[in-house]
Amino acid sequence: MKAIGIILAGGNSERLKSLCKARAIAAMPVAAGYRAIDFALSNMSNSSIKKVAVITQYNSRSLQDHLSSAKWWDLDRKEGGLYIFTPFLSSDNNFWFRGIADSIYQNISFLKRSHEPYVVIASGEAIYKMDYQKVLEYHVEKNADITIVTKNVLDTTKDPHDFGVITMDENMRMVSFEEKPIESTSNDISLGIYVISRPLLIKLLENAIPKGYYDFVKDIILRNKQHLNIFAYKFDGYWNTLNSVEAYMETNMDFLKPEVLSILKTEPYITTKPSDDPSAKFNSTANVKNTIVGTGTIIDGNVSNSVLFRKVTISEGATVNNSIIMKSSYIGKNCVIENAIIDKEAVISDGKQVIGTPEEPVVISKGFVV
Amino acid sequence: MRKKEMMAMLLAGGQGSRLGILTMDKAKPAVAFGGKYRIIDFPMSNCVNSGVETVGILTQYQPLTLNQHIGIGVPWDLDTRNGGVATLAPHMREGEVGEWYSGTANAIYQNIDYIDANNPEYVLILSGDHIYKMDYSAMLKYHKEHNCDVTIAVLEVSMEEASRFGIMNADENDKIYEFEEKPEHPKSNLASMGIYIFTWDKLRAALIEDNKIHSDSDFGKHIIPSMLEKSMTLYAYRFKDYWKDVGTIESYWAANMELIKTLPEFNLYEYFWKIYTKSDLQPPMYSGINSDIKTSIVSEGCQVEGTVHHSVLSKNVTIEEGAIVKDSIIMENCHIGKNTIIERCIIDQNTVIGSNVKMGIGENVPNEEKPHIYNTGITVIGNNTIVPDNLEIGKNCVIYGNTKPENYENNKLESGKSVIIMEGAI
Repeated sequence: MKAIGIILAGGNSERLKSLCKARAIAAMPVAAGYRAIDFALSNMSNSSIKKVAVITQYNSRSLQDHLSSAKWWDLDRKEGGLYIFTPFLSSDNNFWFRGIADSIYQNISFLKRSHEPYVVIASGEAIYKMDYQKVLEYHVEKNADITIVTKNVLDTTKDPHDFGVITMDENMRMVSFEEKPIESTSNDISLGIYVISRPLLIKLLENAIPKGYYDFVKDIILRNKQHLNIFAYKFDGYWNTLNSVEAYMETNMDFLKPEVLSILKTEPYITTKPSDDPSAKFNSTANVKNTIVGTGTIIDGNVSNSVLFRKVTISEGATVNNSIIMKSSYIGKNCVIENAIIDKEAVISDGKQVIGTPEEPVVISKGFVV
Repeated sequence: MRKKEMMAMLLAGGQGSRLGILTMDKAKPAVAFGGKYRIIDFPMSNCVNSGVETVGILTQYQPLTLNQHIGIGVPWDLDTRNGGVATLAPHMREGEVGEWYSGTANAIYQNIDYIDANNPEYVLILSGDHIYKMDYSAMLKYHKEHNCDVTIAVLEVSMEEASRFGIMNADENDKIYEFEEKPEHPKSNLASMGIYIFTWDKLRAALIEDNKIHSDSDFGKHIIPSMLEKSMTLYAYRFKDYWKDVGTIESYWAANMELIKTLPEFNLYEYFWKIYTKSDLQPPMYSGINSDIKTSIVSEGCQVEGTVHHSVLSKNVTIEEGAIVKDSIIMENCHIGKNTIIERCIIDQNTVIGSNVKMGIGENVPNEEKPHIYNTGITVIGNNTIVPDNLEIGKNCVIYGNTKPENYENNKLESGKSVIIMEGAI
């Protein structure tokens, strides 16, 4: 079924502390060589969606850089392809995006000039592999106006209080949707992935925005709850989102598990902009256990239960445990790094120690020298 | 098309028969090297790093793997509107019967139209057989400074080795006066690297003229001597950096092994002269709880649960628990079963080695069928091959195809023996 895609990549979170200072959440590095948005983008292209808009606002440069050539997701097309929307000034508009609905409305010509019957809206900040075509088929089968992808988080570390919580009837029709409820009535959370027909989305936006309703959940979904058929689609694959330092740590560490790593190793592939670094190099004193290692990294020291991104150096005698070391960071001789997130291009000088706790990992900011 | 100062023609049609089973179904430039690269990546990356952005790649022998690798030039950012890469296979022409490329110069002769269409001042002739980093723009500068018709890149080799090469005899200014192919008593130690810059109109005329005399027109045998005879200006350009011909099983193995040293002579980890390749598979490598990886290069997507010492692993290789890989090269998508021991072997891509196999053990007996190719103790397993469980395999062995336990007597393959199954390969 033909659809266009919208990826929401505008966000920033205070709960990510300094990790998010110079980048959008969607540009956060994940799994030793990817960025968060690679997952939504690859899902779009793997679901035969050939026209995709990325809507971005906060620190959009970090994303522009990554998306500048769309060919890695097969989105360098004559027809369709990749569109990047940032807030802009014009004779009748000088606002930043005032909400998700507003950010789509300000680019409504993208919707109006398309001919595909459906729109898939997804967040660029979540880590998962999903075939949106299956959601589309379900949407049509259910004769839905809006389909919301949900996940039961009962057996996960996710707390429903941090998300939109949905209840539905036995036919999967949505009964209630509460944003971050103090007391949650269900373990089914919204993943922020929606399917809606293109003309209906245009109509709903044109009704809402001029009245000052800018939010997608509150103003598009909840206000129309009674007269629209809103259905939930349950997703039971791996899903995580990068909304806090803890979640960022957890998501990266998840890739040490074979079932999560296999998301990257099985078709359809999640792709990213390649960097053509040489292969990882293990020297004679290297001792590496239960760790994923990106390309261009050179290891002389001891590493366990960790995620090493690209072009990292681990010097002789250094010990790295339960930590994330981002691109081009340097760990000096005999350093001890434990429960830490070392952002990119940081330097930990010989003999220094950076030690956090599993509950509260230490974050060393980008380019920082210890 | 916009006029170009210099374009390159890369001769990639050779088999490289001394690489044995490794080049059975792919041309030598398509053979994997240094983990994630293929040999052709080195001259191609040198081209883009030198600002040469129009490259014709001449293919002939088994071009499938090579064509898939080259595509429209994306690996080297050569998917451009103006210039970029073209793969040039032998083709039919109107009025005459088509023919194979019968010599290095003949291959260029058959593509004069392609070069004319690009309208270059100079043409750089390269081969896809060597591992090196070289700035061709510096060589072009030298060519122009000396008002050359031809500049030939040369390497200073030892006098003992000189009789294995094409040797340039030059005066004190490096102006060439004589060329000798593999001379018995060499007068100089300047060995041709097979890298030439020609002023195009001079080369064009020489190709047309020589084609009337020799149907297998060759640069070393015909074009260079005839240009010398006509007193054209030929200079030797001395190259002093790392350059390796990886033409034999032993030299191919040794060049890979040089890369795993702590400070290798040929350093892939310096970023000012990057080597580009096709990066289609990008997951990180995973080093398991019981893994032990030392002095090795391990590429994307590898999963190592066993021991890997002094080895080079290409992309997406799986080493199961208890397996030990030493002094070996394992190419992409291979799977090494539990408790298998592999020593001094080269395993080509998409091959599955079973569990409890011991490979590369016993006496160093040269291969019975091809002693000139397999004689230094290295056992070579071809691509898309299956090796069953519980075998003992010697040195200098060759295995290819979907082999079954019954292909091995007493679960053994003595040193120097081969098992080659052409039917039903996966």
